[in-house]
Amino acid sequence: MDEIVKDFLIESGENLDRLDQELVKLESEPSSKELLAGIFRTIHTIKGSCGFLGFKRLEKVAHAGESLLSRLRDGELTLNAEITSGLLAMVDAVRSMLGKIRETEQDGEDEYGELIARLGELQGKEESAKAGGAEQSAAAARKEGATSTGKTAGGDGPDPTKIGGVLIERGHVRPEDLASALEAQELGRRKIGEILVAQGAARPEDVLAAQQAVQSRNPEAAAETIRVGVNLLDRLMNLVGELVLARNQLLQFSNSTQDAGFQAVSQRMNLIATELQEEVMKTRMQPIGNVWNKFPRTVRDLALGCGKDVRLEMEGQDTELDRTIIEAIKDPLTHLVRNCVDHGIEAPETRKQVGKPVTGVLKLRAFHEGGQVNIEITDDGAGLNVARIREKAIERGVISAQQAGRMSDRDIFNLIFLPGFSTAEKVTNVSGRGVGMDVVKTNVEKIGGTVDVQSTAGRGTTVKIKIPLTLAIIPALMVTSGGERFAIPQVSLLELVRLEAGDSGKGIEMVQGAPVHRLRGRLLPLVHLDRELQLHIGGNKKKAEGPTNIVVVQADGREFGLVVDEITDTEEIVVKPMGKQLKGISAYSGATIMGDGRVALILDILGLAQRAQVISEAREAALAEKDEAGKKEEAGTRRQALLLVQCGEQGRMAIPLALVSRLEEFPATAIEMAGAQEVTQYRGNIMPLIRLSRVFASSGKESTVASQDGRLQVVVYSEAGRSVGLVVDRIVDIVDETLTVQNPAERKGVLGSSVIQRRVTDLLDVPGVVREVIPGFAESAARL
Amino acid sequence: MGASQQFCTFFLDGHVFGTPVPKVQEVILHQEMTRVPLAPDVVSGLINLRGQIVSAIDLRRRLGLPERPEGQLPMNVVVRTSDGAVSLLVDEIGDVIEVEEETLESPPETLQGFAREVVRGVYKLSGRLLLALDIDRVVDLRDLEKSKAGREF
Repeated sequence: MDEIVKDFLIESGENLDRLDQELVKLESEPSSKELLAGIFRTIHTIKGSCGFLGFKRLEKVAHAGESLLSRLRDGELTLNAEITSGLLAMVDAVRSMLGKIRETEQDGEDEYGELIARLGELQGKEESAKAGGAEQSAAAARKEGATSTGKTAGGDGPDPTKIGGVLIERGHVRPEDLASALEAQELGRRKIGEILVAQGAARPEDVLAAQQAVQSRNPEAAAETIRVGVNLLDRLMNLVGELVLARNQLLQFSNSTQDAGFQAVSQRMNLIATELQEEVMKTRMQPIGNVWNKFPRTVRDLALGCGKDVRLEMEGQDTELDRTIIEAIKDPLTHLVRNCVDHGIEAPETRKQVGKPVTGVLKLRAFHEGGQVNIEITDDGAGLNVARIREKAIERGVISAQQAGRMSDRDIFNLIFLPGFSTAEKVTNVSGRGVGMDVVKTNVEKIGGTVDVQSTAGRGTTVKIKIPLTLAIIPALMVTSGGERFAIPQVSLLELVRLEAGDSGKGIEMVQGAPVHRLRGRLLPLVHLDRELQLHIGGNKKKAEGPTNIVVVQADGREFGLVVDEITDTEEIVVKPMGKQLKGISAYSGATIMGDGRVALILDILGLAQRAQVISEAREAALAEKDEAGKKEEAGTRRQALLLVQCGEQGRMAIPLALVSRLEEFPATAIEMAGAQEVTQYRGNIMPLIRLSRVFASSGKESTVASQDGRLQVVVYSEAGRSVGLVVDRIVDIVDETLTVQNPAERKGVLGSSVIQRRVTDLLDVPGVVREVIPGFAESAARL
Repeated sequence: MGASQQFCTFFLDGHVFGTPVPKVQEVILHQEMTRVPLAPDVVSGLINLRGQIVSAIDLRRRLGLPERPEGQLPMNVVVRTSDGAVSLLVDEIGDVIEVEEETLESPPETLQGFAREVVRGVYKLSGRLLLALDIDRVVDLRDLEKSKAGREF
């Protein structure tokens, strides 16, 4: 294909995408001259180029659109939904013709006579309505006039973002010279400056000065960008992947030598490789706005189709993602947006009845957090109907009535992601057929992301998607099991637990034949990696009793523990695909090459969990029952996590960890006084401080330990949205203890005493102490 | 004079097998492999071929031949397939032989089971038979998955 045609296609494709957005935007601010002029220019450029390249049919369609636009621009017409739809249809037609050109290098057989007639009619209709039946021919004549002026710079007025405009502005060129130069430009692809100089209408130095002025006026134009093929970027990325592997090997090698010079070089190489990796990664980053750009149009068309009034708000369009991920989330996002408009947001009458603004708001929000990208799709519609989903789930046999009663609203909401699940009363052509939400979930999970849905009846629904920034190079935890090495992607990792040899017996219990570990009072189902992967078939017997390593991971919002032989290291690994022969095994998501050149498998935590059926409903139910029983059993002698603190004369005190929202350290200078109360500024609020040593001081004299080093150790306790800081001398420890409370409540502020770590320790009555010092604490919170 | 073709030959349990030379990317000595738990038996593991991860298929197992004697290290014949490179583990590598198309005959009756399905035919050499393998069928393990799935569920 001709270079020129190729350029034209790329440029026009981008222009059309922008047109979609601008037209929708124009609908909400029809008086914006700037927008209209921009739209007009875009169409005009397309029309001009097709005339030049000989795409006559395309030119005709664009011309019809241009005529309509020129009348809008000249204020002879006002924009309405009908005209917008007509113009959008024109954009679609142009797009499909461009597609044809890409395939066949011809602009197709379709003349789009109907569309052209419709566009003509739109011009006429408004005219007759306005001017009371002005003659069609007159309108046509004026239309012709408008287009011809549109061609010259005079019609547009001097455009200060173009060289010609600048020259006129400065008086270096006469408008009529520019007009003739522009006409000359339409004939050949030369720069306007060159033509002007050639015609003797301008001096070269003026043109150069004007060029600089233009570049400084629109920085986008001056930005030095070039187009690079995506394939090239992909190859670069692969090569960088190889380099990272070679770097890992080199580092391993350099650690085993004593040669200082070599070590220095490898360190330098290490830094460069890391930097290079980051930079190359950036070249593949694209703003999420590239996907969102088409949503204004989608939402508009859809809302119009179902007679709703929807405003789309977008925040964080420039949040960047790897292009492979952008591709992967395109469809799921589109589906969610359509769903919101179709099901989420109510019809205008309904909204009016319940006292909401007639216009529904659909909000897209994207932001980076913890190395991941968060995308939120929020509507202010009716929200999910918990009762209906529950009912439907029971009816479909997805869950039992008993289970349904136990499930939280959040768990119920997430049922909508099950295949074939739809609560839509009526199936529309958009959604409601029960396909979709499950596809959304699988697609997002395929790229290592998670989906969650939150909803408040009558207030709206929010779908939250979390996805990794990139897929090519990921941080992973390396473990060994049965003599083999495996990589666990860091995104699925929660924490590591090590049970010492002695403890491992009591640390692991059995529930219905399945192993579990009690982690901070919750039952964590366990999967033995070696057993799950059948690593001991060869007959090498279980190794001698040693410590047990549990890697706590999460998949599908549920946690479980993976028991492995050894946890070695975290490493940046390059994900490589495996051959077709191994695609069917869900336990792996790929393979990678380690520093020693050997291959290691990357575990697919979700696949593994499904394989081990560790997140099945039956297991869940069994665990829940056991958990309940366990709680009852423990009610007498409760085992709980306690924070041990040291404060003044009182000595050691224990605070249930459940009551502690944070541990903070403040410089003594951060204390301010509000009346007689010591306070400090904490997270934008004023937080009262209570010195525990003062509360418990028998003679009123205060311990000075706290202020010695000028820093205060503060235990933050929150209740009903208000926080209070308990100042202690020292944080001693966090212990997991069975509490047997003795001599209860002898003094104020103390619940009783217990033996913790073989020492008598008072158990602090936190709410009691707080109320003792600040009598109105809870009440004022309630008022607020 | 009929068309002739060059065959890369290799040995398995005393038989001579071969595949057209253009199908073969390279032949390498035994490599350390990473076992893939849960994979079909015929997949011996994964090897690192200059940064590319390649599955190694044990041809003896794949063709239903007796296991390779212990201590005998296989060699890798890396072949090109539609799905990228795959390594075939063979006992030993043989010569490149030119064969005449017209000497191709149907496989002998002694060849049983799956081997019979993937041997396209036999070329008569002086004193020996060369069994021509259909590489794409050999590396396509779908037939195994099916039978395995049948067992599991």
